[in-house]
Amino acid sequence: MKKKFECEATIENLEKVMGFVEEALESQQCDMARLMQITLAVEEIYVNIAHYAYGKLDEGGKPIPDTGTGPMELDLEADKGQVYLTFKDKGFPYNPLEKEDPDTTLSAEEREIGGLGIFMVKKSMDEISYDYKDGKNILTMMKHI
Amino acid sequence: MLNIKDEKKGEDLIVELEGRLDTTTSPQLEEKINAVIEGVSKLTFDLKNLEYISSAGLRVLLSAQKIMNKQGRMVVNNPTEEVQEIFEVTGFSDIFTIQ
Repeated sequence: MKKKFECEATIENLEKVMGFVEEALESQQCDMARLMQITLAVEEIYVNIAHYAYGKLDEGGKPIPDTGTGPMELDLEADKGQVYLTFKDKGFPYNPLEKEDPDTTLSAEEREIGGLGIFMVKKSMDEISYDYKDGKNILTMMKHI
Repeated sequence: MLNIKDEKKGEDLIVELEGRLDTTTSPQLEEKINAVIEGVSKLTFDLKNLEYISSAGLRVLLSAQKIMNKQGRMVVNNPTEEVQEIFEVTGFSDIFTIQ
């Protein structure tokens, strides 16, 4: 099975993205626990794109959240017990996998939330890779279902 | 979708969550907590009907924990297996008192 979803990368469209993924996976008889792990990863990646991919850059070259928007494409492929999800956007080049993992042993007072989302993606999915090609960020992740 | 039920008895506050605590619904919970947390010395979250939590939801629970560290204590009750797994992976199982 192969499906494609395209939208403008805004937080308002998150529910549509999640709906697309859930519907596709339910037809694959994916169990609840795995469905949740996959949708979690989808939410984290999509929200990152919506907040940052098309943001204006500050003086240090870092994007300012929610200052711009643009197209996003999600390909979903399920075959032989594996689900592949590929996100593409034309925002500024950014590899989220380079983000340092948070220290999960710290206390509540010391914990910072930055980097938690992508860390959860790495823990939820079986494989994840990033490429920048033809002016596009391409993030692919795979999970066995 | 998220349903929030809150019940306050003196300094005890019980917050029951039903549905999904994600990017879209987390602001609702944050708003609710900020509105009712003053003067609370024990905050209990009942998560038996919480199906899903993302990093946005964890962020709100962490900020509630930080407030309660100053004015009392916080307890997280009855997370489902899936939600508990997320607490463990992210290290929040060591931060929250889970019962």
